Amino acid sequence: MNLDFSPEDLAFRDEVRAFIAAHYPDSLRGKQDEGEELAKEDFLAWHRVLAAKGWVNPAWPTSEGGPGWTSTQRYIWGEECAAADTIGIMPFGINMVGPVIYTFGTPEQKQRFLPDTLNGDIWWCQGYSEPGAGSDLASLKTKAERFTDPADGKEYYLVNGQKTWTTMAQYADWIFCLVRTDPNAKIQEGISFLLINMKTPGITVRPIITLGGEHEVNEVWLENVKVPVENRIYDENKGWTCAKFLLAHERSGIAGVARSKRGIERIRQMATTELGDDGQTLLQDPAFKRKVAELEIDLTALEYTELRTLAAESAGKGPGPESSVLKIKGTEVQQRVTELALEAAGHYGAPYFRGFPTDGDNMRPIGPDYAHRTAPSYFNVRKTSIYGGSNEIQRNIIAKMVLGL
Amino acid sequence: MDFNFTEEQSMLRDTLASFLQDKYSFDTRRASVKSASGWRADYWKAFAEELGILGAPFSEELGGLGGSAIENMIVMEECGKALVIEPYLGTVVIGGGFLKYSGHASATDLIGGIIGGEIITAFAYAEPQGRYNLADLKTTAKKDGSGYVLNGHKAVVLGAPWATHLVVTARTGGSQREASGVSVFLVDKASAGIVTRDYPTVDGQRASEVYFENVSIPADALIGVEGAGLPLIEKVVDEAIAAICAEGVGAMRKMHENTLEYARQRKQFGTAIANFQVLQHRMVDMFINVEQSLSMTYMATLKLDESAHDRAKAVSAAKVQIGRSCKFVGQAAIQIHGGMGMTDELAVGHYFKRATMIEGQFGSVDHHLRRYEHLSIDSAA
Repeated sequence: MNLDFSPEDLAFRDEVRAFIAAHYPDSLRGKQDEGEELAKEDFLAWHRVLAAKGWVNPAWPTSEGGPGWTSTQRYIWGEECAAADTIGIMPFGINMVGPVIYTFGTPEQKQRFLPDTLNGDIWWCQGYSEPGAGSDLASLKTKAERFTDPADGKEYYLVNGQKTWTTMAQYADWIFCLVRTDPNAKIQEGISFLLINMKTPGITVRPIITLGGEHEVNEVWLENVKVPVENRIYDENKGWTCAKFLLAHERSGIAGVARSKRGIERIRQMATTELGDDGQTLLQDPAFKRKVAELEIDLTALEYTELRTLAAESAGKGPGPESSVLKIKGTEVQQRVTELALEAAGHYGAPYFRGFPTDGDNMRPIGPDYAHRTAPSYFNVRKTSIYGGSNEIQRNIIAKMVLGL
Repeated sequence: MDFNFTEEQSMLRDTLASFLQDKYSFDTRRASVKSASGWRADYWKAFAEELGILGAPFSEELGGLGGSAIENMIVMEECGKALVIEPYLGTVVIGGGFLKYSGHASATDLIGGIIGGEIITAFAYAEPQGRYNLADLKTTAKKDGSGYVLNGHKAVVLGAPWATHLVVTARTGGSQREASGVSVFLVDKASAGIVTRDYPTVDGQRASEVYFENVSIPADALIGVEGAGLPLIEKVVDEAIAAICAEGVGAMRKMHENTLEYARQRKQFGTAIANFQVLQHRMVDMFINVEQSLSMTYMATLKLDESAHDRAKAVSAAKVQIGRSCKFVGQAAIQIHGGMGMTDELAVGHYFKRATMIEGQFGSVDHHLRRYEHLSIDSAA
């Protein structure tokens, strides 16, 4: 047992650090740090650079085109990306549907979808939640009825229903959906996992505007959407197996340790510029300093819990229900980072900048740039204890699956 | 001991509540927030003329309804329930508060203007460097002939875009954070040399950065005693804090109500989510927070006329309670609403945003804990 990086790990760190420095697109520099809203092309720009290098999918096995990194190397990669403020890679293809396809898909499905997913030619979105199926996901109602089209003699599903909270669906080329294929089975047993081209007639995407004014999530309406049967992953009525597999993967990436570290670093920077009531820097304020210290300690506990989980995974255990711990603590830390940033911003947490000129105009500035998105970020990050299985659900999972209660 | 409201006070609450019920729906407010001006000047006129509430906390000699801080509490609690944008706090509580205690020769006329809805004031006190220290002022007012010349930059002046006048804190002497040398001025916003940059705030209000560039103001712009304004500022700010505590209570009460209602109708796992004990306990804790906050708001409001020491201690204690409760109740309300709580479409998120701003307004929890510690522990030692 030791905490040191091996010489190989240190060499790896130097290599990825140099790569990021040399290849991170200039157009994106600083965007993550400023909390600027990103366009589809921004996400794809970095995705494509990494795909060309073979690093876009660190967790995939080499047999599926992954880089074959150890858990330590993946940890280092996350740290270096956060330290350089790179933008994130959209998780829907790489972390979610990709592993489902290479685990449960046919050779034809893997060939059809994985290369395009890796190189960024398919932007995926996730069709899980429905208005009546949130925490209780298995109660979903979107139905898919099988029929043969007399025009071509082929089998299709006719899909009808509504999905919601669909992140970035406005950009998506494809959606992976849980649909009910057997209305008479027990609720978890009649579900199938379907891939649907977003250009199929009958799909309507409507924006949902969230608290900070963002358009991140959408409603996706499906009306008589015709989906070829070969777009179903795994067996009919066995989609819940794929869903559970995917949720466990989603949770394991959700701790966000490296990003939270960077967030705390930003707070420390802010607090050396901002002054307290006595004219000393805010970081010298004992109450504020104490909160930063507590947050760092909680983050350290989370980090070492994640490292233990990663080590167990690389020893051959897949992500288990323990990953719920990472989801709960990870999101709590992320939320506290934004709380503390808003607190540090003081009066300048109040101005609202959406749709407002901030750069390039010659008007007088409204407070320091670092304060601009502190309140919207605080509001926005409340979602993290709700999505991906609310933290209440995660505690239920731990109670049942880990503690046996 | 009596926690009952008088008949007049109950009537004030009912009149305002029923006006807001009829005219201040969530959709109406949303339209105001998105409009070019950001508020309803016609509602302000209605507050003055139809409801007469702008005179609520002023004595009858001043043309008011003969009320006090309790009336401000009642009005602000109702404002909190409807998320009222119009500047009762900046104008009646703060502008009116300064004038009421100033002994200014024209105080009666100016208060008459406030009651009538013609004078609207915004409080230009915060500065970019000063955080919550009311004496941390770089803005200066230099004697010039019979009047003064103002120079400086005031940060996030709430309601300034709608104001006819600004209440400005400035140094007529002393060093940057010194208690003495602070003065208060009532400045016509149309004065030459005032430059503003207006913007919306995250909780649906409007504010400005205000720059004074050699602004000449007359001698009678001075409110109170030159160089000895800080005690008056502290008194009025304490009254303003008590008022936003009441507003916070109103907003929290609505978040709690909305959450109970949502939890009762939202079904998951074949039952209303209100049946889950983990959520029941959270909703009970929300309730306890609202009740404790109301108690502290009463306590602080009833102690506003005590000695400066006792008043400040009471107000800071209340602000600590309200700041913490706004955070707890707001976060719990969003969490229990799930994804719906994250949407711009539901009112609950807008209450949460206002409650979040109340947390920091006129001093964070840390600021008021420190002030309380100083008044309660350090000064007793």
